[in-house]
Amino acid sequence: MGLFILRRFGVMLLTALCLTYIVFFMTNLYPNLEKLAKTQGNFRMSDEAVASFLEDRGYLQSTPRKYLEWVGLAPGYLTEKDGVPLGKCVRPGMTVEEVPNYCGILQGDWGWSTVAKAPVSDVLGTRLANTGYLMWWVMVLMVPSALIIGVLAGMREGSKLDRSLSTVSILSTATPEYVSGVIFIVFLASSRYGLSPWLAEMGLIEGKTLFKGTAAKAMETPTFENFFLPVLTIALYGMGYIARMTRASMAEVMTAQYIRTARLKGVNFRNVVIKHALRNALIAPFTVIMLQVPWLLNGVVIVENLFNYKGFGWQLVNAAGNNDIDVLLAVSVVSVVVVLLTQLISDIGYVYLNPRIRIS
Amino acid sequence: MEPLTWTGPFGAFVDPIFSVVLVVFLILVAIQVVGAYALPAVNDRILADGTIIRDRGPNAMIGMAVRYALLALLALIVVYIVAGMFTPLGTVGIVGALAAQLSPVWISLLATFLISIVYKRKLGLYGKLFDSTVGMIGFGIVMFWVYTAVFAGVFDMITTHDELAQVSGMKNKGPGTPLRGIEEGDYPYYLLGGDNLARDVFSRVVEGSWIVITIAPPATLFAFMVGITLGLPAGYFGGRLDTFLSFLANLVLAFPVILLFYLLVTPEIVAIGVPNYLAVVLFIFPIIFVAVLLNSRFYTRPRLRTPLLISVVGLMFWFYLCLVSAKGSAIDVLPSTLDLFDISSGFLVVFVSVAFVNSITVFRIVRGLALDIQTRDYVAAAQTRGEGPWYIMLWEILPNARGPLIVDFCLRIGYTTILLGTLGFFGLGLPPESPDWGTTINDGRKLMQLYVHPVLPPAFALLTLVLGLNLLADGLREESLRD
Repeated sequence: MGLFILRRFGVMLLTALCLTYIVFFMTNLYPNLEKLAKTQGNFRMSDEAVASFLEDRGYLQSTPRKYLEWVGLAPGYLTEKDGVPLGKCVRPGMTVEEVPNYCGILQGDWGWSTVAKAPVSDVLGTRLANTGYLMWWVMVLMVPSALIIGVLAGMREGSKLDRSLSTVSILSTATPEYVSGVIFIVFLASSRYGLSPWLAEMGLIEGKTLFKGTAAKAMETPTFENFFLPVLTIALYGMGYIARMTRASMAEVMTAQYIRTARLKGVNFRNVVIKHALRNALIAPFTVIMLQVPWLLNGVVIVENLFNYKGFGWQLVNAAGNNDIDVLLAVSVVSVVVVLLTQLISDIGYVYLNPRIRIS
Repeated sequence: MEPLTWTGPFGAFVDPIFSVVLVVFLILVAIQVVGAYALPAVNDRILADGTIIRDRGPNAMIGMAVRYALLALLALIVVYIVAGMFTPLGTVGIVGALAAQLSPVWISLLATFLISIVYKRKLGLYGKLFDSTVGMIGFGIVMFWVYTAVFAGVFDMITTHDELAQVSGMKNKGPGTPLRGIEEGDYPYYLLGGDNLARDVFSRVVEGSWIVITIAPPATLFAFMVGITLGLPAGYFGGRLDTFLSFLANLVLAFPVILLFYLLVTPEIVAIGVPNYLAVVLFIFPIIFVAVLLNSRFYTRPRLRTPLLISVVGLMFWFYLCLVSAKGSAIDVLPSTLDLFDISSGFLVVFVSVAFVNSITVFRIVRGLALDIQTRDYVAAAQTRGEGPWYIMLWEILPNARGPLIVDFCLRIGYTTILLGTLGFFGLGLPPESPDWGTTINDGRKLMQLYVHPVLPPAFALLTLVLGLNLLADGLREESLRD
């Protein structure tokens, strides 16, 4: 078991290295650097000015060299111009003597966000906390409802309830976040259309709308009003898939021999479902839920931009649009870690839950 | 001119009937779902002579009522459509005008269904689809959009205005607003209103379907070619090749898709031709696939194989060069006399990135299927017979994996449509005035709380197409399992 986990961590490290190198390569192509220089300096820079700007800050070294600097295995680029230090490790207000020799991941320095003008770890830290909070509530909403729908549908395969719940789950998998988010905002959070004007007229809600169409305030003061719609939007897209997997697994268990035996012994249906079927039926959905987390990450990007909630996904789009290299790299490291960690947890959890499987 | 209402004078007496039937239907469905649990499943009546009559009791009656309510609802919808098609513009309001604009689609759908149902026993898996209600509904929705796209994109029917034309005074105007100062031959209304640049929403949604239909299915097909060509050997040979390819696949899968799109599709990257090089690599896979397919089948008959291979691969290679080379892009190899068509760079970029992302997942599916199927007896028989590995992969394993692959193909077109929408939503790839659904949703969402009509039609269009594909896949799965 220990060896297995160790090997998985090795693969994880290798994947993260390859992936960040690809991101590094793509973001360090010359047209991207040119854009970076122009947003940093001014937009009417001549080509020579751009070249010297990049040269001074060490952007024109070879890509592997720059990559090693980022990892922290090579000393950071440093030059001096008119007494002001320029280079990879330079932070505003430093004198030449203060600039450290190495500044990479290994030294715990994630770089400098050229857009936010702040260290990446500070920028991304708050964003990740915001997204973590969002994801937590998504999970709280999504997992129980998906499992309940799946179990109810799967315990009597082919019944009317099964048909209607399966239709609901197909509908939810067919509705991407940007469609359901838009529909929710229009029907629940608009003061002119949908439910809100109707409810406001009857005096059932205090404000103008039932929910808020933006979650911009939810970073400081999350309330049900401004936070529920983003959570619901993400949860709905993932819910259908988990529910269908749970339904399939439940339906399979319900046809098993021991369920028939229990029925023939005279155990009533409720006890058969709760005591005999449920525990075995929930092994497969556990894996699915864990593997769904990377997918949620995708939904997070869309929903955070739709609802203007400044989290990880919002930061990703912001950084990618402005070629904020260090932030993009940190973002890809985080996402690799999330993806591979959830895979690892799902593998290990599967072994613990299912006594028929052993890692040899 | 008066603006159109939703159902016009015709609706004045049909609308109340429709809403009553709808409410009755919804109540009945709710009763049915609850009744399936609350009421006894069987109803026994013991007669005086000691025999028992058993039926399903009240549940059967509720079920029948639901069916008739549904039929009445469908009949009313057909009444609206037919009335809209055969009465002058305005009698049945916006709904009727939309139905009239879409009349070629209704006629083709009707013809397709009639022919398919008559000949369904002779049509294999496709015919079996018409045994399952879910499959038929899904197929109907998908074909609705396919016909809409084809009639709009190829024959230039259905649309009422040019999708890029801006008409003064129509900015953010609601559905059914008449145009001012129209000339002879112009369509007098914006049926679904105007967007924030005063363009016709209805025409844009219809034109958008053509973009989706031209990108999503072909891109998925390319993804399948790539996935199959790499996945079969990875699963069949295993070993180092498998380890290497799987590592690469996991690498790409660990990327958040949107970051990948941002890296591939930003204008700076497009300018140096990264998507073009990716296209060069991706588009070669169908040629490899077909060449290996034909060679493994006919290599024992060189006199047939050699001319066949040369002609087919030659033709495909020419198309390939036409596809990848375009004037002024990074790859410009073919002289313009031989170049049949140029593909606009925005289109190519979107096509390639969507195909690339999908091919990875297809690779994993095919690899898994190959691993499973290669343990079967008929594979062992073929090996004993002395067949080559490529023959076994392409002519023994692949045909036996077709069921799950066809189902996944349908699902994946839906997923590709969602991805396309995502690209449009972030304003990547396609030009900003493009009428595709994602871009239109992105355009409309800025003013969404004030004007909903520009954003809801594309959202529902995307939703229905993906839903249709999902239902179609479900129907196909059900029917292919029944074999």
